Amino acid sequence: MAATSSAAARIEAVAPTVPGAWSRLAPLVILIAAVLIVVGAAERAPMIVQRRITEGLIDLIAVVGLYVFVGNSGVLSFGNVAFMAIGAYVSALLTMPAAAKSVFLPDLPLFLAQAQWPEMGGALAGGAMAALTAAIVGFPLMRLSGISASIATFAVLVVSYVALGNWTAVTGGQNSLMGVPIYVGLWTAAAWAIVAVIIAFAFQESRSGLLLRASREDEVAAAACGVHIVRRRLSAFVISGFLSGVAGVLLAHFLGTVRVETFYLDLTFLIIAMLVIGGMRSLTGAVTGAIVVTLLAELLRQAEVGVTIGATRIAAPAGLGDAVFALLMLLIVLFRPRGIAGDREIGWPPRLRRGQIGNPR
Amino acid sequence: MIEQLVQTLVDIFSVGGLYALTTLGIGLIFGVMRLINFAHSQLIMAAGYAVLLLFAQSAALAVASALIAAVLLALIIERAAFRPLRGADPATLLIASFAASFFIEKLMILLVGSRPKGLDFLPFLSRQAEVAGVRVQLLQMVTIAVSAVLLVATTWFLKATRLGLEMRAAAENFRMAEVLGVRANRVIATAFAISGVLAAAVACLFVAQTGLVQPRMGLQLVIIAFVGTVIGGLGSLPGSALGGFLVGAMTIVLQALLPPDLRPFREAFLFVAVAAVLLFRPQGLVPARGFRERI
Repeated sequence: MAATSSAAARIEAVAPTVPGAWSRLAPLVILIAAVLIVVGAAERAPMIVQRRITEGLIDLIAVVGLYVFVGNSGVLSFGNVAFMAIGAYVSALLTMPAAAKSVFLPDLPLFLAQAQWPEMGGALAGGAMAALTAAIVGFPLMRLSGISASIATFAVLVVSYVALGNWTAVTGGQNSLMGVPIYVGLWTAAAWAIVAVIIAFAFQESRSGLLLRASREDEVAAAACGVHIVRRRLSAFVISGFLSGVAGVLLAHFLGTVRVETFYLDLTFLIIAMLVIGGMRSLTGAVTGAIVVTLLAELLRQAEVGVTIGATRIAAPAGLGDAVFALLMLLIVLFRPRGIAGDREIGWPPRLRRGQIGNPR
Repeated sequence: MIEQLVQTLVDIFSVGGLYALTTLGIGLIFGVMRLINFAHSQLIMAAGYAVLLLFAQSAALAVASALIAAVLLALIIERAAFRPLRGADPATLLIASFAASFFIEKLMILLVGSRPKGLDFLPFLSRQAEVAGVRVQLLQMVTIAVSAVLLVATTWFLKATRLGLEMRAAAENFRMAEVLGVRANRVIATAFAISGVLAAAVACLFVAQTGLVQPRMGLQLVIIAFVGTVIGGLGSLPGSALGGFLVGAMTIVLQALLPPDLRPFREAFLFVAVAAVLLFRPQGLVPARGFRERI
């Protein structure tokens, strides 16, 4: 791992070349454009496809949120879906009509029972609560070594699942929370997706993001250079928690119901699969993974419905999609561990580059 | 009073033993490969389905087939998914095992459906037995006995055989062990085989207790066991067994001590307690030698 040639590659991976603002902003502009293209195409598609794309965009926000921590720190987190759950419940409880709450949740604390916040307030409160939770649980977790921290984030997921699933007075426990106002459509999801991409980009271009990536490449060397690894990881974890929380908020107001089962292993698997398939060490990878997996999922769903040729209907067995993603993820790890994006950010096509030195990054 | 105490102790040792077997299986693999094996839950699942297939013929046959299924699957996963990645960093290995685990689970759902199947495995074990004047379930005594025997056997293997010595050397410093003539493939394959045996034992006991098999059956157990290995100290074999036992014991103690309306939150309290332990001992209770990366 510590050969000299890879050390040079490592420095190159961490330190951006010194291009002007035009090429530095390339990934941001291109990724936002990509999101807009997907949305523009989806607008012309049938309603059902539009809904799938909306859901895909919400997943994209969750993947970008996960990427902020995982991509920059190199520590895998299995706990981000817990932050999604927190965002979903907080926003749902704050924005639901008081009348509905008095029916479904008679034991709700007075403050929550009477609250009837505007949509935006609920969304920001959901994100903020998730970020606060990330700060609190992150404090002990970030002190652990990378691999132990990964496993411990799993504990965060289980705790949130158990706590939310049994806190009947507030969350309705195993029953789903119904009557959540539905306001998330294609463009709401797209707007938040763009915000998420901007936040993630701003973080990775910041000093804090750079120091964190240095610790990802070589923990010991970074610490020796004075990088406070625990603090850097924690700040990324909090931002990551906020974005995941927002993704959860949007999912709640997209589906109109909140169930604790939604926010558990299957969603965790999907979000991680998207990030790994796209490439977990670049924002380009996170966005690409979310889009590619969403489109692929749609194709596989069509395959499960099947095609009718004459009198016989040929259909793939139900549940094929999940198995395919799991296999795809395994194959990516085995044969292209850097994912589709190969750890690099997308740059301008050569013709558009202006006076740039070195590799596109 | 005494009766309750004995019952609680029996619970502690049977549940703790089950978790210790699981964490030891996970800890062995982590020791030799720096790999957190998510697919351990699929080993348990495979053994469970092997039992389902043959329990009607004879119990012995069912146990044997569970052993074969778990060991075989462990070796296949090692060969197909983990051997190509040997020497990769722990984060990559973690993702690989996560993907392998989900792939097997989803494949199983595709093949047999996700609905749980009931079975009456070793029904005579649900009878009561008399211990120190207190009646306890026979299955719990068997669980304690099997756990104890397997823990002792694994310890004996690690301490008294050449392969065990090689495995401990590999756990401490893999590269150094290789340089000194330890054969990597053999040691790693053996570790996977042993973890398969441990998973099969856990599966048989678990199935006899719950009477159910389903594609997801090992998952909850393994997730809690992961946390056990972290508390015990990743990379330390005694630590992982101890951590597993403590986690299992703590669930029982919490169950006994918590007021009834807080009992559903048992796992949450458990993990909060774990976080508290880690705050003071980030390296785990038994810090592993040679785990810190050398420069």
